[in-house]
Amino acid sequence: MIVTRKKPFEAILKELEDAGSVFLIGCADCATVAETGGEDQIKEMTEKLTAEGKEVTGNVIPETGCHELDVKKEFRAHKEEVGRADAILCMSCGAGCQSARDATEKPVYPANDSIFLGNVMRVGQFEEKCRLCGDCVLDLTGGICPVTRCHKGILNGPCGGTNEGKCEVDPEKDCAWTLIYQQLEREGKLDRMRAIQAPKNWGPVLKPGRHVLERDKGGE
Amino acid sequence: MSVETVWKELCVEHAKPSIQEVLESGKFLVSGEIGPPKGPDIEEVIHHVDLLKDRVHAMNITDNQSSVMRYPSLATALIILERGGEPNLQMTCRDRNRMALENEALFAYTRGVRSVLCLTGDSVPVGDHKDAKSVFDLESVQLLKMLKTMEEGMDLGGNEMNAPVKFYKGAIVTPEADPIEPQLIKFEKKVEAGAEWFQTQAIYDMDNFAKFMKTARQYPIKLQAGLVLLTGAGMAKYMNKNVPGVFVPDDLIEELSAAEKGKAIDVGIKIMARHIKRIREENLADGVHIMAIGKEDVVPRILEEAELDINAL
Repeated sequence: MIVTRKKPFEAILKELEDAGSVFLIGCADCATVAETGGEDQIKEMTEKLTAEGKEVTGNVIPETGCHELDVKKEFRAHKEEVGRADAILCMSCGAGCQSARDATEKPVYPANDSIFLGNVMRVGQFEEKCRLCGDCVLDLTGGICPVTRCHKGILNGPCGGTNEGKCEVDPEKDCAWTLIYQQLEREGKLDRMRAIQAPKNWGPVLKPGRHVLERDKGGE
Repeated sequence: MSVETVWKELCVEHAKPSIQEVLESGKFLVSGEIGPPKGPDIEEVIHHVDLLKDRVHAMNITDNQSSVMRYPSLATALIILERGGEPNLQMTCRDRNRMALENEALFAYTRGVRSVLCLTGDSVPVGDHKDAKSVFDLESVQLLKMLKTMEEGMDLGGNEMNAPVKFYKGAIVTPEADPIEPQLIKFEKKVEAGAEWFQTQAIYDMDNFAKFMKTARQYPIKLQAGLVLLTGAGMAKYMNKNVPGVFVPDDLIEELSAAEKGKAIDVGIKIMARHIKRIREENLADGVHIMAIGKEDVVPRILEEAELDINAL
């Protein structure tokens, strides 16, 4: 899931400084789990904006905020409320924000910062384990991603900043390369760590990413 | 065009033998370290270079050490060459992608830099530009390999260059790393990637170092013991707590604590001199790398107390 974090309310007010009326859009998927754009947060935002003298014309919580066709459909269904709003406040991720962008000509503002693709560790706790680099190396690293879980994203073993299995940037963080070493040792595959990895290929995904599935053209 | 012709064209005259020449002649290699300044006032650097250039074989120049933005390492290397010293250029992967690192290697090579110490580099958040984007397009092993590729006349894009470069390639190793096994794998990979000589992270426990050297001696490399000057018990305790891979044993901390007020640095000098002597006497390493971090002025005293005169080797 995409993990989002609420921007400070003051920052949101600054975004909306010339908007007297606002339409809110959340997301029933990631932003609901991250508690940044679900029903409760939409309700809370409505109350806070109203208390600041703004009119909240309505809201919508699409099933998936990044599904552009669905978001467009929802905006059409809420045409009147969207039409009365000076601005759209998007309470999902940056992708959801830009779905909204293409569904209306009104100004669209983000209520959240999108921080990473996260695994859910337990309710309200997320960790980044994949950074979508486009060239998966998990086969070489015992299923533990150094591109993501090592602060420096390096490919040939631990740096000098590792200590007692922890990372120098945060003593709470495990050193990914210590974990990789331990896993490969358990598997008897330390030769995979011993092999020199060439500089990473950043080419497989030309930013911005675009991917079209090749449909089966042969029929039945 | 040969290396020598390139250097001659650019009026580079090497006043000192290279690190490779010193090590291959079997001499005990002594190097110091220059930390470039914060800003364009390079007067103190020039003073330190002049102070050290005839007392040590070579001077490392740190590259935005501890992720703190400073005067460039390559520019400082050129100052050292111009003033008749021998630079050992430190290159880190934190601030430049592979193209910029290749650029720097080409620049350094044509200006007479003969040895490069390849490091991954500290993390950005430990430094003074915490909001900066860190690069790490390569890391130390890949940087060594990059130089080796360029020595074969190729760049990392797989394209032929119009001539090869040549460097004596160095790397670092941390004998006190905990756990040590992943560190040793990385050490082996650095050797395989082309490292010809190593400097260690600061070491204080000579017995543990001797043990580590039994492993290191099995590889076709030269190695300098890295020594950091202790200026007091507080610094020693701080390093134990905050610097990964550095361990100052209790007896040294006690020795520093027992010093009279203001005299702890003298004890630090004595400790380092004692360690240098032991390394030489027991032939524990091929040389020492002295890091006096901000106290470069006392390096001549350290060498004197260690009875180490490079001109008499």
